Amino acid sequence: MSNVGIVIVSHSPLVAEGTADMVRQMVGDEVPLAWCGGNGHGGLGTNVEAIMGAIDKAWSEAGVAILVDLGGAETNSEMAVEMIGEPRAHKIIVCNAPIVEGAVMAATEASGGASLREVVATAHELSPS
Amino acid sequence: MSPGTLEKNGTRDKTATLDKTGMMDKLDLKTLISVTADTIAAHAEELTALDQAIGDGDHGLNMKRGFEAVRAEADTFAIKPLPDALKAIGTKLVMTVGGASGPLFGTLFMALGKEISAEPDRANLMAAFGKAIEAVAARGKSQVGQKTMLDVLQPVHDALLQGKTGSEIADVADSAADATVPMKALRGRASFLGDRSIGHMDAGARSTALLVRAVTATIEGQA
Repeated sequence: MSNVGIVIVSHSPLVAEGTADMVRQMVGDEVPLAWCGGNGHGGLGTNVEAIMGAIDKAWSEAGVAILVDLGGAETNSEMAVEMIGEPRAHKIIVCNAPIVEGAVMAATEASGGASLREVVATAHELSPS
Repeated sequence: MSPGTLEKNGTRDKTATLDKTGMMDKLDLKTLISVTADTIAAHAEELTALDQAIGDGDHGLNMKRGFEAVRAEADTFAIKPLPDALKAIGTKLVMTVGGASGPLFGTLFMALGKEISAEPDRANLMAAFGKAIEAVAARGKSQVGQKTMLDVLQPVHDALLQGKTGSEIADVADSAADATVPMKALRGRASFLGDRSIGHMDAGARSTALLVRAVTATIEGQA
C-alpha cells in the first residue's frame, strides 16, 4: 500500500488496541496499521522487539508514523527505529502528539495519500509546542 | 598501592585487570556479569520502592529481568572481544528490560562497546565512558541536574578522570545518588509530580550507583 502506515505504542495493550479500533473506524483498511502494548511479560510497559514487529507490520514505502503515550513508549520507539536502521529508519517518525487523537488524525490524513511529513505535521498540530 | 587497582600511578595508567593481561579476560567478564546481576537482584525491591514513590514502580523488576537475561547468556558474551560483548549486552538489555530503562542502560553499554578498544587503557576507557554518557543523555533527551542516572554517571566519569580508586569511585557514585534526593525531576514519570518529586532518590541513579560499586569492587578484587 502506498499510504503512510500508522503504529500505535501504548504501555497498555488495551489502550493500544482500543486506539487502533478507533483508527479503523475512521479509515478502514486504507492505512497500514499496527499496535503494540505491554512489556512483553504480561505487565504494563513497552517493548522494543514488539515495536519493531509493529513497524514491520505497518510498513509502507511512504513511511510510518508512530504514536506513543508516555515517555518510555517514546524512548523505546526511538530505540526501535535506531535498531531497524537505514534504509528504513529515516522514513519512520515518532510523533509528539496525544496517542488517541494523534493516531486518528494522522491516519485520516494518511488515508488521503498525504506524505509522511504531512501526516506527522497533522499529529503535531494537536500538541501545544 | 596494590597493583591492579583503579589507581593512576603515573607509570601505568591502565585499570586493574587491564594491567595484568592487557584486556579483560573471559573470566572477568563472566564474573562482572554475575556480580552485577546479583547486585540488581538483591536490590530489586529497593529499586521498585524508590520508583513507586515517584514513578511507575517497575524499575526493580525491569532491571532484574534484563540483568538475568544477560546472565543467562554470559558464556556467549564472554567469548566475544570486549567491544562486541558490551554491544551485545546493551542490545540484550534494550530487548529485555522494558520501560525506558531498557534503552537508557542498553545505550550506555552499546555506546561503551562502540567506543572502547579491545584492549583499553585508562585513557580509552575514560573517553569511551564519556561518549557513552553523551549517548545516554541524547537517548533520554536529558542532562545532568534533572534527577536521572546522568547525575551519577557524570560524577563517576569525573572521578575516573581524577584518577580515584575503585572504592573511591563507588563512594562518589553513592553520594551522587544521594544528591538526587533534593533535586526536582525534570525528565521521566517523576517529572509529572513536579515539586513532589523532591525528597525522593531517583531509582535510576540508585541502580547506576549499585552497578558502579559492583563493577569497581569486582575489578579491584580480581586484580
